[in-house]
Amino acid sequence: MNSHSRITAVSTVARAPKVAVAVKPAEAASAAQTSGLSAVLRQTKYVISENPITGFAFALFLLFAIAAIFGPWIVPYDPLATNTAIQLQPPSWAHWFGTDQYGRDLFSRVVVATRLDMTIAITSVALVFVLGGISGIAAGYFGGWIDIVVSRLADMIMAFPLFVLAMGIVAALGNTVTNIVIATAIINFPLYARIARAEANVRREAGFVMAARLSGNSEWRILFSQILPNVMPIMVVQMSLTMGYAVLNAAGLSFIGLGVRPPTPEWGIMVADGAGYIVSGEWWVALFPGLTLMLAVFCFNLLGDGLRDIVDPQRRT
Amino acid sequence: MFLRMGKRVGITLFSIAAVIVITFALTRILPGDTAEYFAGPAATKEAIQEVRVKLGLDKPKYQQFIRYVQDLSRGDFGQSLTTGQPVIRDLTARLPASAELTLAGLIVSILIAIPLGVLAAVKEGSFIDHISRVVATAGVSLPVFFTGLLLSYFFYFKLGWAPSPLGRLDIIYSAPPQVTGFYLIDSLIAGDLEVFWAALKQLILPAATLAIFSLAPITRMTRASMLAVLSSDFVRTARASGLSTRKVILTYAFRNALLPVITTLGMVFSFLLGANVLVEKVFAWPGIGSYAVEALIASDFAPVQGFVLVMAVMYVLLNLMIDLLYGVIDPRVRMAA
Repeated sequence: MNSHSRITAVSTVARAPKVAVAVKPAEAASAAQTSGLSAVLRQTKYVISENPITGFAFALFLLFAIAAIFGPWIVPYDPLATNTAIQLQPPSWAHWFGTDQYGRDLFSRVVVATRLDMTIAITSVALVFVLGGISGIAAGYFGGWIDIVVSRLADMIMAFPLFVLAMGIVAALGNTVTNIVIATAIINFPLYARIARAEANVRREAGFVMAARLSGNSEWRILFSQILPNVMPIMVVQMSLTMGYAVLNAAGLSFIGLGVRPPTPEWGIMVADGAGYIVSGEWWVALFPGLTLMLAVFCFNLLGDGLRDIVDPQRRT
Repeated sequence: MFLRMGKRVGITLFSIAAVIVITFALTRILPGDTAEYFAGPAATKEAIQEVRVKLGLDKPKYQQFIRYVQDLSRGDFGQSLTTGQPVIRDLTARLPASAELTLAGLIVSILIAIPLGVLAAVKEGSFIDHISRVVATAGVSLPVFFTGLLLSYFFYFKLGWAPSPLGRLDIIYSAPPQVTGFYLIDSLIAGDLEVFWAALKQLILPAATLAIFSLAPITRMTRASMLAVLSSDFVRTARASGLSTRKVILTYAFRNALLPVITTLGMVFSFLLGANVLVEKVFAWPGIGSYAVEALIASDFAPVQGFVLVMAVMYVLLNLMIDLLYGVIDPRVRMAA
């Protein structure tokens, strides 16, 4: 239980206060000491010392976070400025990643693209975290028709190869970035709903839930104050595990020409831009955005594995 | 046994119904004028109205649904605006290309992943175990379209070993007479070894791309399930009885470890069919994936809908096959019902 509360505090940096409060009823003893910024930092240090690879992934994640937040201000060139005099230049001191067919600086474009790619991944994962999490918990806790509806909905989505379904959704809803976010959230729904359902289901008759019920709490109150905080750690791990997949999925959709429109810098579309130049030897146009994309996915996967190993060592493979 | 089969068929029917309902819902219930989708971006008001009447879109939703199901059962998937052909004809013409690519990728992947996973488990903590771990982690992180580009850069541009990464066959050859639609098999049937080699050369890079992509989950699962089986009582008993290591691993452990791996294949197929679209785009492979992508870009909706439907039905049937295979391999599953 102790490690559960630790992980909760660490992995929800952005909403630490809310979770810390929510954890209290269930795990009062350990949660009482984990509040405030210093506690969050302490827990972070603990997780990193447990596993150096997770530490590396975390450092990488910080780098991406910096690029996403400050990207547009720290890059050396305007990512949209074209310059026909320097088309398709290989990497040099002036242009670290070289230039593309319009003479745009690839380094600047790759860095600036971080924000858009991260935003797509984070919003879609957050969306499915809330929707899938809540409906899964409700399904597992209440059972009955809610369970049937949620489980069948998940089954229906799982009947499709997921990327293909995402293509169909974007095609039907319209070719925009928002719809890429929605499609990515929908195809991840079954994963989240099923995990939340299973986790909530095993706890519905747990001692602390019984106690809460006996002391007169309403069912919805129990759901939010007792079940939710306990399901949270495993859901957060799931979130960081699917983040890499969300990035890949979004980049894949934009690679085939959906969502993001040129000249907006985005990794998937930049790789697609460079694809034509690969066979004539201008490797850098596709390589650097592709490599960055790979690194981002790698970083999320390592981070997810690291968190999972600490929260749930049984599932280590 | 019959109960299990019945249940399995029930699930399959549910999945197919789900696929039909969702593909219908994608076009009819979502905001926007369905007639406009199907008429395409360049259609005039009259053309849109014509499509509306032709597709029965002026009728109530439930009637539209009945009609949709009737059309599907007749194999009518609508018309493609870009090719001017019925969608079903385009799809059946292009399906063998996709199937050949996906199967080749899967077979290569299984041939590498399963031995690698078994070795990693048998020699846990050894060099080969670390290699399998790196392969597994790197494999899931690689964007499949990026791997494809890297491979064609090295093996086509740098080394010149592979032919130009465009399509199923170099233009100097003509396709073998169609029997199965798989160029590798058709060329052998026709006895044309030259075309066989040419087709194989074109296939290697895209198939390798897909294989690298699906290597990770299969290796991971094989290793994990092999580890679990190796530490079980019956393996210990077999070892204690003095059976050779080879016999213990191959006959006793491996057969049992294979079961969870087969279950994972369902998930692998889900990824593989999606990745197939991207690989087809990278290698200009004339399959149904690149067909759908072209239609998507042209806002030609009928082919996309047909593509999603065909892919989903194939996926459902593949899952059914995997489940039945599971019953064949593991007698306990048959007995349990």
